[in-house]
Amino acid sequence: MSKLKVVHYINNFFAGIGGEEKADIPPREMEGFVGPGMALNNSLGDEAEIVATVVCGDSYYAENLEKAEADLLEMIKKYDADLFISGPAFNAGRYGVACGAIAKAVEEKLGIPSVTAMYEENPGVDMFKKDLYIITTGNSAADMRKAVKKLGEFALKLVKDEEIGTPEAEGYHVRGIRTNYFHEKRGAKRAVEMMLKKVNNLPYETEYEMPDFGNVTPMPAIMDLSDKKIALVTSGGVVPTDNPDRIESSSATKYGIYDISEYDSMPADKFTTIHGGYDRTYALQDINRVVPLDVMRDLEKEGVIGELADYYIATTGTGTSVGNARGFGEEYSKKLLADGVQAVIVTST
Amino acid sequence: MRLEVGKIFIEDIRFGESTHVEKGTLYVNEKELIDLFIEDDRIKSAKIELAKPGESIRITPVKDVLEPRVKVSGGGTNFPGVVGNKVKQVGEGRTHVLSGAAVVTVGKIVGFQEGIVDMTGIGADYTPFSKMLNICVVIEPEEGIESHAYEAAAREAGLVVTNFIGEAGRNIEPDEIEVFETKGIIEQAKMYPNLPRIGYVCMLQSQGLLHDTYVYGVDAKKIIPTLMNPTEFMDGAVISGNCVASCDKIPTYLHQNDPIIEELFEKHGKELNFMGVIITNENVFLADKERCSDGVAKLARLMDLDGVIITEEGYGNPDTDLMMNCKKVEQNGIKTVLVTDEFPGRDGKSESLADAVKEADALVSCGQGNIVITMPPMDKVIGTLEDIETMIGGYDGSLKEDGSIEAEIQIIISATSAFGCNKLTARMH
Amino acid sequence: MVKEIERAGIPVVHIATVVPISLTVGANRIVPAIGIPYPLGNPNLEFKAEKKLRRGLVEKALKALQTEVDGQTVFE
Repeated sequence: MSKLKVVHYINNFFAGIGGEEKADIPPREMEGFVGPGMALNNSLGDEAEIVATVVCGDSYYAENLEKAEADLLEMIKKYDADLFISGPAFNAGRYGVACGAIAKAVEEKLGIPSVTAMYEENPGVDMFKKDLYIITTGNSAADMRKAVKKLGEFALKLVKDEEIGTPEAEGYHVRGIRTNYFHEKRGAKRAVEMMLKKVNNLPYETEYEMPDFGNVTPMPAIMDLSDKKIALVTSGGVVPTDNPDRIESSSATKYGIYDISEYDSMPADKFTTIHGGYDRTYALQDINRVVPLDVMRDLEKEGVIGELADYYIATTGTGTSVGNARGFGEEYSKKLLADGVQAVIVTST
Repeated sequence: MRLEVGKIFIEDIRFGESTHVEKGTLYVNEKELIDLFIEDDRIKSAKIELAKPGESIRITPVKDVLEPRVKVSGGGTNFPGVVGNKVKQVGEGRTHVLSGAAVVTVGKIVGFQEGIVDMTGIGADYTPFSKMLNICVVIEPEEGIESHAYEAAAREAGLVVTNFIGEAGRNIEPDEIEVFETKGIIEQAKMYPNLPRIGYVCMLQSQGLLHDTYVYGVDAKKIIPTLMNPTEFMDGAVISGNCVASCDKIPTYLHQNDPIIEELFEKHGKELNFMGVIITNENVFLADKERCSDGVAKLARLMDLDGVIITEEGYGNPDTDLMMNCKKVEQNGIKTVLVTDEFPGRDGKSESLADAVKEADALVSCGQGNIVITMPPMDKVIGTLEDIETMIGGYDGSLKEDGSIEAEIQIIISATSAFGCNKLTARMH
Repeated sequence: MVKEIERAGIPVVHIATVVPISLTVGANRIVPAIGIPYPLGNPNLEFKAEKKLRRGLVEKALKALQTEVDGQTVFE
């Protein structure tokens, strides 16, 4: 019996091609396994092997969704693979989205069972959990060994059409698919038991969670901006050169508030970016590319907006937990309100 | 109100010279039963057929399922206020039950929401009625009859036949007697002062267009929320008049054997104080929904309840009533548990309910009704298969050449009824 | 973060490159940016043209703030 054929997708970084400065490389293919593909190949055991690896830069994929997908599918098609695996992407947002997108495309357009893996807060999870099995991982490549083992073992189950159990048992993210089964107690009995727990203030577990009401009602439009005070907020990690608040390059636990009242443009010698998630070259050349101070100042002088706030607020978007980000937002919004800020422009890389 | 319910265990059903019970076997006489309603000129012809658990029989299209009972003492008759029965208060005294037997009304489809009961095979796993000894009243309506008239005729036939069969239990000594009692509100509360006061909010289907329920003979569309003793249900005060989606349907049988009432009485006096039932409806006008949900919350508060369990019949816009009831009761400081079924599409990926409120944090699921299964062919069909593909849950190509049926479980009677009578449930994958 | 600002009662617009993420995390007014390493810029243009591009994006963002929206809206 010949081994099942697997094609593996990874990004520029894991392929050893380069870091952020190579995030713009277009798709390419290589024979056999590359980088973490080796460990993944081992976890596939005797039954399957990685025959090829396809690679694409995270930025390239994000900025060329259709073309990247089309080119990659062309490459993948010819291997006549039995199975497709992308990632693990851990908490890298663009990588996770690319992994999900290409795995979904391979499954839908080439009919090849596909699976990927990433950390729970990776936006790729919410975007693709209903389309794909996404194995859970830790939030960084420190988890690589465990992650590829889990991923490989699960992938085998998938391709061999074995029965897949609950998310808890198998280690994949809850997909949001309602699945029937027969309980040992009838519903009415469970209802009374749940009622007794709830009424006695004991913990209970609902059998269906109400859908997430995460969306906020939009604020009404502002008719006239010419007398309004506007503030800039960025997740692009732009901070004063010495990073006085020690904001992290990734997984930020803090945000900073920085004075720009004396500048008409972001001075490259006073500010920098410490964001670890994108190629900083361009931003360093001209920080206005991330925090558009020059344009805002012009607009202020021309009277299009009333006033630009004296400061801007910054943190690092990559890897930062939703909980943390929510916390920052809640906290600095109070200051913004206290300072009479009437509108905010948030810029993200 | 205090009711003694005496169960006479029926182990077998057979045709006989007369309709009577003897040593655990219920004998029915076909002519006796048919004569009860055949004069109705809405009905062209009828016959009685028997179906037992495990037999290779498919019963379809099923309209209602009812349990033969008889009021031995305490005033009134089973099914008060309908088919000529006097409108008298029921729920007290003694009632006998022919337990294990059921009457099933069958016949060509009325609307499109009747369903299937398979007595064996995978379909049987999903319906509680595959475990009953079923006396099927198969009706053929007059040509060109209007659907409301047909529905009424079938409903009434089912009621009179069930009452007649129930009479057979009047003088039989029950095998088991259980006593159910609900005192006046203040006395009831004082009886178990340290136990949480729990009520049951029972939502009745009242959408019209053949989706109706009747309370003492009154169309539930016309009621505003009111209180009832649990024992009134046991005497047939609430009957089904509807052709709601089969999986979701609460047939008369389930109103008579309400599982929430059963489970609440199980724990009554031990872990909770079952205070009573609030009934409400599911009308199609927003004003009615607002009025009734306000009424439910008000009554729950008047009864000084600590918690309520809320059930519904149907899905879609009744989900809005469910959520309104939940929200308003919770906002009055009373805890809720909701019981409902789900319709997230065949792949299970869509929202399960048409509406949602954040207060609904304690929900029991009776399963999702959209999954597709294949039921094997049966040796015998009581009724007709010709309507399968137009029934909800069925579709073009559902009925296979060999007689097997591939359809959503929506097509199976009470497969996911949101009263919690079954063990089917759903979880997130 | 965008949601928290809006929740606090301040109208907000998000200039972001990876629009799908912005949609998932729930921002209501979204303006697609140019590129990940340079959301409001383009190093391939010479300076004046680039500044004009940046201004165009900011003006679009300001326009978004002046537009009533029912829910999440991407201002292309």
